[in-house]
Amino acid sequence: MDELKKAIRDYVVKEYLEDGDDREVREDTPLITGGIVDSFSMVSLKRFLERKYTIQIPDAQATPQAFDTVNSIAELVRKFTSGV
Amino acid sequence: MAYASKAREWYAKELESLRGQGLFKQERFIHAPQGAEIEVEFPAGSPPKRVINMCANNYLGLSSHPEVVAAAHAGLDVRGYGLSSVRFICGTQDIHRELERKLTSFLGTEDTLLFPSCMDANAGVFEAVLSEQDVMIADRLVHASIVDGMRLCKAMTDTFKHSDMEHLEEKLQEHQDKRFRMVITDGVFSMDGDLAKLDEIVRLAEKYDAMVFVDESHASGFIGKTGRGTHEHCGVLGRIDIITTTLGKALGGASGGCVSGRAELVEMCRQRARPYLFSNTVAPVIVSGALKVIDLISATTERRDKLEWNTKYWRSLLTAAGLDIKAGESPIVPVMLYNAKLAQDVARDLFDEGIYAVGFFFPVVAKGQARIRTQLSAAHERHHLDAAGAAFRKVGAKHGILGLTKNQIIEKFGL
Repeated sequence: MDELKKAIRDYVVKEYLEDGDDREVREDTPLITGGIVDSFSMVSLKRFLERKYTIQIPDAQATPQAFDTVNSIAELVRKFTSGV
Repeated sequence: MAYASKAREWYAKELESLRGQGLFKQERFIHAPQGAEIEVEFPAGSPPKRVINMCANNYLGLSSHPEVVAAAHAGLDVRGYGLSSVRFICGTQDIHRELERKLTSFLGTEDTLLFPSCMDANAGVFEAVLSEQDVMIADRLVHASIVDGMRLCKAMTDTFKHSDMEHLEEKLQEHQDKRFRMVITDGVFSMDGDLAKLDEIVRLAEKYDAMVFVDESHASGFIGKTGRGTHEHCGVLGRIDIITTTLGKALGGASGGCVSGRAELVEMCRQRARPYLFSNTVAPVIVSGALKVIDLISATTERRDKLEWNTKYWRSLLTAAGLDIKAGESPIVPVMLYNAKLAQDVARDLFDEGIYAVGFFFPVVAKGQARIRTQLSAAHERHHLDAAGAAFRKVGAKHGILGLTKNQIIEKFGL
């Protein structure tokens, strides 16, 4: 897992899993369809990415599909950054 | 014909899929007024069976109280059946305003506005008072009607882990760039029966300049020493900016809800909340019954005191039987079974034993959190609870779950 994916994974675990929830979050674990992140809570993930990587993700592209796995989120971030 | 066979087949398949997933809901027909004992026809076509009701929101036992019924009859006689109007055209009678004043006084707020239901109050309130410059920060376990209301509002949404005050504080710090912040929570959470930490929420809201919204549907009338609600229990009466609640549970159980709180916020709802503006006024018969309810519960705490006793007794019976219940002090007492099929089997066996309680499982609760939600009422007498406790013990023994911990139940039945 590269640094970008690790940062996303770590944020998801800290932000969305309750204490005592020992579910493993891998690169391809479904986050939204798997019930780990709901559409309301997705906002904080988007804000985290925008602040950390100094990017702006348009709402139209912040779809549940784009945010469903660490892999797809990393792909989205890479679209808006260079050299990450 | 616009309803083509293609559409009919598609919907039929969807419904079949719900049946296949065990998510298909069926109504049970009740052949009696609401009460501690009711006659239930289930499955449809069966002769009605007399059962002890352990799943109503009839917390104070006022749904069929003779004085409430008589007041409703009198209201029907003197103010009619319907008003054929929304509130602001010709749908506001003197009794609507009287009920709003009484609710304001009971809840300890500045003003109140009636809605057709609390679902409607929650659907309309956020959009009426917040906009793009604002943020709504909600507990992750708030009721579905709040989620729907938040979806209709243009303010940013964010959430905090259930009752996690550190996480809430982080969120309040993070959103200091917004014009208004609103912390949103249930007073009593409907599935787990736990109470919001309103004292801590109010403290944080005051520290970080945020408004506080509380849905008191499962609290109004019985939580707190005089039944005012979770804000009374937590010592923050008068410090909640918006309370929504229902007349459809403890407060008579018929229908209707309200937004109560800061005068300007309530007035904004009167001007802008779409479910208020575009749906019919609450019927006079309901308003008349609710006025009597407020009088009854303002005069004495007898009914909420009995409910508190029943709750303690019921919790002690289930614990002594070796069942795994969610700890707490509200009259919502979930018996945890974790496995969805087990929850359905236990509910069915309880019904055979004359106890009416319903299994809840995904998507109503999270996966692996299936349960039977029991709810107490001041209408329950001790013999009802003893009989229900014996049935739970018998059915629990049949399924071999008495004395088992969460992990042991999961090991035995899976998730």
